Amino acid sequence: MGSREWWLIGGMALVTFSARYVPLALAGRVTLPAVGLRLLRYIPPAVLAAIIAPGLVLQEDGGPDWSLHNSRLVAGLAAAVVAWRTRNLLLTLVVGMAFLWLWRL
Amino acid sequence: MSASTELAHPDDSALADSRGRAFGAGVRATLPLLVGTSPFGMVFGAVAVQSGLSPAATQAMSALVFAGSAQFIAAGLVATGAGTALIVLTTLIVNLRHALYGLPLAPHLRHLPQRWLAPLAFWLTDETFLVVIEHYRQRQNGAHKQWYFLGSALAMYVNWQIWTYVGMRAGQAGTALGLDPRAWGLEFALPLTFIGMLVPALGNRPMVACVAAAGLTALLGAELPHQLGLMAAALVGVVVGFGAELRWPIDEGGAEPTDRQPSDSEVGHGQS
Repeated sequence: MGSREWWLIGGMALVTFSARYVPLALAGRVTLPAVGLRLLRYIPPAVLAAIIAPGLVLQEDGGPDWSLHNSRLVAGLAAAVVAWRTRNLLLTLVVGMAFLWLWRL
Repeated sequence: MSASTELAHPDDSALADSRGRAFGAGVRATLPLLVGTSPFGMVFGAVAVQSGLSPAATQAMSALVFAGSAQFIAAGLVATGAGTALIVLTTLIVNLRHALYGLPLAPHLRHLPQRWLAPLAFWLTDETFLVVIEHYRQRQNGAHKQWYFLGSALAMYVNWQIWTYVGMRAGQAGTALGLDPRAWGLEFALPLTFIGMLVPALGNRPMVACVAAAGLTALLGAELPHQLGLMAAALVGVVVGFGAELRWPIDEGGAEPTDRQPSDSEVGHGQS
């Protein structure tokens, strides 16, 4: 492992730990008002949606593909239906991957 | 660790027992999420070595950074010849979302000393956050909350190291055979896992508005440099969700904004 890789990993580790640690350590010292607590409830769904949407819609060249030719979009929608109907995470995964592979045939 | 021991410290043994149970519950609640993150870890390992990272650096990144999406993006940037400073900056922005996780967690963990807070923060991933915050909201006054967190975190961590290694070896073999680790789309298991966690939580209009706004903003912001669109999308989603809550007030039976099933088998949130 060269010194460039050490700098890279050290830098990545430092910024990642800081992002995770600083708010956790500081937030414990202040009491949030009720409004703040209600706002916080939207953090998990917002972050998840922000990670999921580009993964389903955007293509390698950066443009969106809303057509049925987009296997990731189709597989994601199928997985969403399964998740909605069954609330079963593993089944959601299996159906989603199956649609991804079958749609490409 | 049964209480039938003749040792003179029954309280200690009971304490250790309940800590162990909290730890085990955290591990079990996280197991379903490992199914989705394992292929992702494997693809990371394979992509990283094929991008030109050394095997030692690939494993060290998983061990010391421990942030799947950021590692994946970093490997891609290494392949394009991007500079160290640019990759570190991108990592910071991608992982800034973890800063948002500290706020809801802090009220539950504020009593802990630094020797707990620092390691828990190091192991704070998307998956562990989602499992842990759901558990804390259901059991406001549960004891040994940090042990539950630790169980979830270590399950994720150990699993991530193993699959990084497996993927690395597969990637080295694949390079020899001329295979592309992304050809099978295994990394798609990660967004699928998140779909499985997100969709069951969409029990009311504000949640749906939040998710729609965040998803749309992420798409519109995809052109922004350094993955800034992710942070923008998260913030827009939170604001829109809260705004929608003013328009469509949620009749809260308790502390929960989402429609709750009577059963406590929150499959959608990784708890079985």
